Amino acid sequence: MAKKKVPEINGSSMADIAFIALIFFLMVTTMDKEEGIARQLPPIPPEDQKVENQEVNRRNIIQVKINANDRLLAGSQPMDVSQLKDKIKEFMTNPYDDPSLPEKEVKDVKGIGPVPVSKGVISLQNDRGTTYQAYITVQNELVKAINELRDDFSMKTFGKKYSKLTEEQQESVREAVPQRISEAEPKDVRKK
Amino acid sequence: MAKFIKENKGELPQMNTSSLPDIVFIILMFFMVCTSMRQTETKVRVRTPQASEIAKLDRKDLATYIYIGTPSQQYQKEYGTDSRIQLNDVICKDNNDLSSIRDFIAAEREKISEADRPFMQVNIKADQDTRMGIITDVKQELRRCSALKIMYGARKGGVQK
Repeated sequence: MAKKKVPEINGSSMADIAFIALIFFLMVTTMDKEEGIARQLPPIPPEDQKVENQEVNRRNIIQVKINANDRLLAGSQPMDVSQLKDKIKEFMTNPYDDPSLPEKEVKDVKGIGPVPVSKGVISLQNDRGTTYQAYITVQNELVKAINELRDDFSMKTFGKKYSKLTEEQQESVREAVPQRISEAEPKDVRKK
Repeated sequence: MAKFIKENKGELPQMNTSSLPDIVFIILMFFMVCTSMRQTETKVRVRTPQASEIAKLDRKDLATYIYIGTPSQQYQKEYGTDSRIQLNDVICKDNNDLSSIRDFIAAEREKISEADRPFMQVNIKADQDTRMGIITDVKQELRRCSALKIMYGARKGGVQK
């Protein structure tokens, strides 16, 4: 029996259909990646709370201020953004146990053992006129300083970079090198 | 040989386009994988600041977006050229009246399943030239509605001074 020939489907319009689908996707989608610096805001304190326990030892706080002209003040000296990272690292590690830098508390960190943990807190203040770029740049430097400290620490204890550690190890490192950045209540620093 | 010559008749042979759909489909697949659906139309111009230590958003479905920037050209007549806050598809009428943020956050929170609500993250996408005053106001309002997990939208790049 002779085979009956099935007529071939004309595929020449397939390209057009595919093009239309492609153009549709080009129109309705975006390519921008969702990236940024994640932060946790402090909760609003209840109104009846007394402000007595907010007294932290002065040596444990570093004030980072940005004014309306995007000038930076860290500790008590004006500086450039490029110097901020080293300043923060020195502040957080306090290598020579300087009495003006934050005290350390020996904490038993799970999986590592007793580690001296700095009590340092970075307090960030900005003016209403500060540009967002300057603010993010400073935030970025702070995160970078902490990240480098964590890398150093995990290199010393585990011999690996922080990002290569397991979840539990990362948690221990986070406990040993805490990231305490407090964004102060907004103040109007403008001169009236 | 004689047969070939007869068929050609001196004309150029037609290009074979049968693989064209495949090529286009591959491009289509690429776009489908690499892009995400546009949720809102941004009416304010946002160029996010540059930063080097950026983290990726872990759960896209838990993110809410607040855009802050100058209105784009066609909305400038209505809203002026000052920085404005955009929630969903609308630009806020008044920068000093931030109660709409509260409603917005409440509405967005409703959309997320109950178990995931504590992990809701507000993504602040602000233009790099925005003044911090307006962002501080937004942050204070977010604290008041206890949406405490936030992310400052930024793009990868060398940090400028």
